[in-house]
Amino acid sequence: MNILVCLKQVPGSTKVDIDETTGVLKRDGVDSKMNPYDLYALEYALSLKQEGDTITAFSMGPNQAIDMLKEAFGMGVDEAVLLSDRALAGADVLATSYAISQGIALLGDFDLILCGKQTTDGDTAQVGPELAQWLSLPHGANVIKIEEITDSDVTITLTTELGSQTQKLPRPCLLTIEKDANTPRLPSYKKLQATKDKEIRILGVKDLKDKDPKHYGLNGSPTQVERIFPPSVNTDKILHQGTPQELTKAFVNALKEARFL
Amino acid sequence: MAKILIDTKAEAKLSLKEKEDTLALCPFAAIEVVNGNLVINDKCRLCMSCVRKGPAGVYLFEEDKVEELDKSQYQGITVYLDNHDDKIHPVSIELLGKARELADKISTPLYALLIGHNLSETLKQLDGYPIDKIFVYDDKKLAQARIETSTAIFSAFNQSVKPAVILVGATVWGRSLGPRVAAKLKTGLTADCTKLDIKENSDLVQIRPAFGGNIMAQIVTPNHRPQMATVRYKIFSPLTKTGHHPEVVYQDVPSDLVITTEILKSHVKEKAPSISDAEILVAVGRGFKAEKDLEMARELAELLGGQLACTRPLIEAGWLDASLQIGLSGRTVKPKLIVCLGISGSVQFKAGMENAELILAVNQDEHATIFDVAHQGFVGDLYQIVPAWIKALQERSS
Repeated sequence: MNILVCLKQVPGSTKVDIDETTGVLKRDGVDSKMNPYDLYALEYALSLKQEGDTITAFSMGPNQAIDMLKEAFGMGVDEAVLLSDRALAGADVLATSYAISQGIALLGDFDLILCGKQTTDGDTAQVGPELAQWLSLPHGANVIKIEEITDSDVTITLTTELGSQTQKLPRPCLLTIEKDANTPRLPSYKKLQATKDKEIRILGVKDLKDKDPKHYGLNGSPTQVERIFPPSVNTDKILHQGTPQELTKAFVNALKEARFL
Repeated sequence: MAKILIDTKAEAKLSLKEKEDTLALCPFAAIEVVNGNLVINDKCRLCMSCVRKGPAGVYLFEEDKVEELDKSQYQGITVYLDNHDDKIHPVSIELLGKARELADKISTPLYALLIGHNLSETLKQLDGYPIDKIFVYDDKKLAQARIETSTAIFSAFNQSVKPAVILVGATVWGRSLGPRVAAKLKTGLTADCTKLDIKENSDLVQIRPAFGGNIMAQIVTPNHRPQMATVRYKIFSPLTKTGHHPEVVYQDVPSDLVITTEILKSHVKEKAPSISDAEILVAVGRGFKAEKDLEMARELAELLGGQLACTRPLIEAGWLDASLQIGLSGRTVKPKLIVCLGISGSVQFKAGMENAELILAVNQDEHATIFDVAHQGFVGDLYQIVPAWIKALQERSS
């Protein structure tokens, strides 16, 4: 079986502040890490691996994502591919999922494509299902468990609004894996050493079947960020200061005014 | 392709120090100084911060021409009704509330899209709402909701009705179906919007927290229709019934619907009372130093007739169940009263509760950002204040 896992490198800290007076973004460090949600997808792929199976890690992002793919080697993936190109900058969900689908299409056939359920930086949970649509594969989102894999189908249990549902999807298909579906392993030092010179295949837009730059990055994105701004501030707030007794009086008054007492 | 260019003439007027100062403009570390010259590297996400905030004329945005779309061809704001087993998820009614307001603003009709089989019960629940038209796709192949069939119906609906906007509730189902549909229709989908507005030209103004949360982004989909967005439960207020009888339009179901997914069984979990449905909440955060100290918050919640809820760090510490987490990665709440204790107020938390009717907050730090959304703030040590509040409430009730 050939399994492809999509991985994304995300900022190590999600803390981005905005300077109120200048409106400039301030960052807390620039370190990066593997998207924590992707660890569950990667662990699932590795746990399904049997002799003769190939696990391929696929990522899209700046060259710096090579570090993350090396870490994936250290966890046990067999191949790693990075789609990296300035032309991909500013991509929204549609343009991102399209570019990834173009990259995956170059790599041959997969029986299963696994993704994390969302990323910690974008937080949309949309790339997985959109990727499935571009690849014309059925998908299951928020998968808690892969129950059974046969030659023709994959049986999964996924989260629903009211509980869970068990479905049988035809193979190949794409699954986004729920957080805590398993316990992700750590990279092994031995494997990291053994794979440190292993080649990572780098793809650019020129390698893809569709080379039209209008379909990628900001140009291929239907959504556009018009502006960014700090969250709104409630200007007619009341700030009580004083002794606990004074604050208690103010609290009781607030509850009375709103008729909670 | 679109990119950021550096105007070398304008750059030449900057000192090396000034150049280095502009590096801080970029949230993604995509600006570098190489051999004394400014360079944009491959980390650039075209967020435009440098263009907007940088020294005049240095950072330029080179845009590609796009074809103008005839927006008048697309009319109506559609809300997808998230229905399972004859029940419509309340987020759909909330979306209808916001959509009615947007539709009235630009004088366009409000539509609802309903997919399923034997839908008379569901339609009865919709009678009385000021919806202009309900488009119904009823077929036995649609009796069980499947991503593949629902996607095909959305596509048929879009072709036949050509709506300007489609709104989808960000339920577990909506978050799986919405993106599938957006990719099928090759259009934009903005996830988890916390505010929506509309421009005269029917461009939907979509606002959501971005870049991990501490900043809000205003997003538009200017050259594509339909414009799609998802919104969480408890962000908007539900539509109120006016006694209007919506026109029900039965649509032809495509004859070539393909079903490959087999639904084997559904399991309904015993539902604990959800914090999303609570009218009164006491929310706790990192100001609590030990797990046992949560007892006083529980007691306060009980005295107020409310439930306990919390921020993400307390879930990570294992002190409380994940179902009690408020925020974008937890649940959105809109209670009548929320009392926040020892919560600093991350954007991600505030986006999950800022629509509460009355927000009271206790924090030691008078600059804590929770006070930006609180209607009344109480500056002080929660370890002194909460016991005093408990005592006062006990005295009142006795």
